Amino acid sequence: MSAILQNCLNGLSIGSIYALIAIGYTMVYGILRLINFAHGDIFMMAGYFMIICMTDCLIPWYISIVLVIAATVLLGVLTEKIAYKPLREAPRMSIMISAIGVSYLLQNLATYLFSALPKAYPSIDFLNKTIKIGNISTSLVTFITPILTVLIVVFLVFLINKTKVGMAMRAVSRDFETSQLMGIKINNVISITFVIGCALAAIGSILYFTPRPSVTPLSGSLPGLKCFVAAVFGGIGSIPGALVGGFLIGVSETFIKAGAYSEFSDAVTFVILIIVLLFKPTGLFGEKTTEKV
Amino acid sequence: MSNKNILEIRNLTVSFGGIEAVKGISMDIPAGEIVTLIGANGAGKSTILRTIAGIVKPQEAEITFEGEPINGLSPDKIVSKGITLVPEGRRIFGNLTVLENLKIGAYLRKDNIEADIEHVYSLFPRLKERSWQMAGTLSGGEQQMLAVGRALMGKPKLIMMDEPSLGLAPLVVKDIFDIIKTVHKEGITVLLNEQNANMALKVADRAYVIETGNIIMSGTGAEIAADDSIKEAYLGKAKH
Ligand SMILES: Nc1ncnc2c1ncn2[C@@H]1O[C@H](COP(=O)(O)OP(=O)(O)OP(=O)(O)O)[C@@H](O)[C@H]1O
Ligand SMILES: [Mg+2]
Repeated sequence: MSAILQNCLNGLSIGSIYALIAIGYTMVYGILRLINFAHGDIFMMAGYFMIICMTDCLIPWYISIVLVIAATVLLGVLTEKIAYKPLREAPRMSIMISAIGVSYLLQNLATYLFSALPKAYPSIDFLNKTIKIGNISTSLVTFITPILTVLIVVFLVFLINKTKVGMAMRAVSRDFETSQLMGIKINNVISITFVIGCALAAIGSILYFTPRPSVTPLSGSLPGLKCFVAAVFGGIGSIPGALVGGFLIGVSETFIKAGAYSEFSDAVTFVILIIVLLFKPTGLFGEKTTEKV
Repeated sequence: MSNKNILEIRNLTVSFGGIEAVKGISMDIPAGEIVTLIGANGAGKSTILRTIAGIVKPQEAEITFEGEPINGLSPDKIVSKGITLVPEGRRIFGNLTVLENLKIGAYLRKDNIEADIEHVYSLFPRLKERSWQMAGTLSGGEQQMLAVGRALMGKPKLIMMDEPSLGLAPLVVKDIFDIIKTVHKEGITVLLNEQNANMALKVADRAYVIETGNIIMSGTGAEIAADDSIKEAYLGKAKH
């Protein structure tokens, strides 16, 4: 019984991290109709930023977290301005290809700067503290991750549905040109979307790498792909969908790892993707028509 | 002349991929009047309005609004000067509620907009009943009302409407034209693109006839409506 609870908690925890990253995919898709293939690599870069801050510069963890979020946001916004903005009028395929290019660029940049060998991720003692709830013992990071994620999702849903900037985001996601006619600066709204997505990727990165030993230039690929699956599963464009998708993938993967088939845990993610695409291509909470008119 | 004309356009040329859609036209929009552009499909009417709104970048133009040059400004700057466009095909935000569509029309305003929302609801009572409905579920006529209401929320000095009666039943078309007259009575200058030349020429103080990117005729609404060639080409009446 307690093993099941333990797995549930672990699953929810990793699932929350997937959800945080999936939100970045889903929000960017919602506004640009772009699958940002570079998002997983932004997540990976956030891992290296933490190493630079804490290991190389010996900055305390609480300041490092702020710096890492800021640097990741800057990287994401720059990527958008350089690689996506000039392609605003181009066919959608061009901007997708540009995103794939950015993905490889970041991986190779990381290899060049930090080498392909794993670099040890600094330990944040505060987050790694062991706590006991009933007869489950776990690290603090595993416990606070789902709570933090749900709070972030509630905040985002409020932001998008109840504030002026959220209204502008919904308008821009529907119709660029008419949004401009309302006086909305669409480039600012798109930047805000990248700021949010990358800040969440940075937070996700800290939560993901803290219980793990190291970062490599390819550390972002598989999590990135899984989070993209989570976004598709929940219905790409939907933030609550990303949360549910992330939870589902995290929990099922954890249970399979705990059982006899641990080597299949990654494959399950993609089986889920195929099943979703076959039976409900728009995902759980997806819009009926994703095509822009 | 510039204190009488709210908008002056000189030598407006617009090309798409080397093909000139608007070929160096000039026109004046006197303050407080209703001016209409009529012309066949593809004549360049929408392109003219979209260029004034800053959505399309002209190859060459001198556009002055209230004596200030506005060509080359971004759409948000142009909106903030008091020019708004009700686009062709309504283009309401279907994923926003009716009320949110009105609020987004006032996006650049910092003052209180409650009174203006009530004003728009008094012009279009049907919108008030549907305030919380998703705008995408409105009928075509209601969507057009919403598109006009949304534009009014920005408190424009000049409102441009691109084919507001397109695809609407005759009774609704009459409603829309009544609204155009009401808007005009409130002191807003109206620049109207209309396929329905009959109705447009009746309300217009002045009309420009556009053919393949050129102005081929201009005059008061009544003068244009009385012209034989116009009658034949645009009003569906045989000569003799
Ligand atoms: N974005 C664009 N790219 C290429 N060509 C365009 C574009 N917009 C307009 N055109 C061309 O410019 C010409 C004028 O188009 P415009 O939409 O202004 O006509 P219109 O007078 O509004 O016609 P209608 O009555 O059918 O709405 C057309 O030949 C059209 O194909
Ligand atoms: Mg047109």
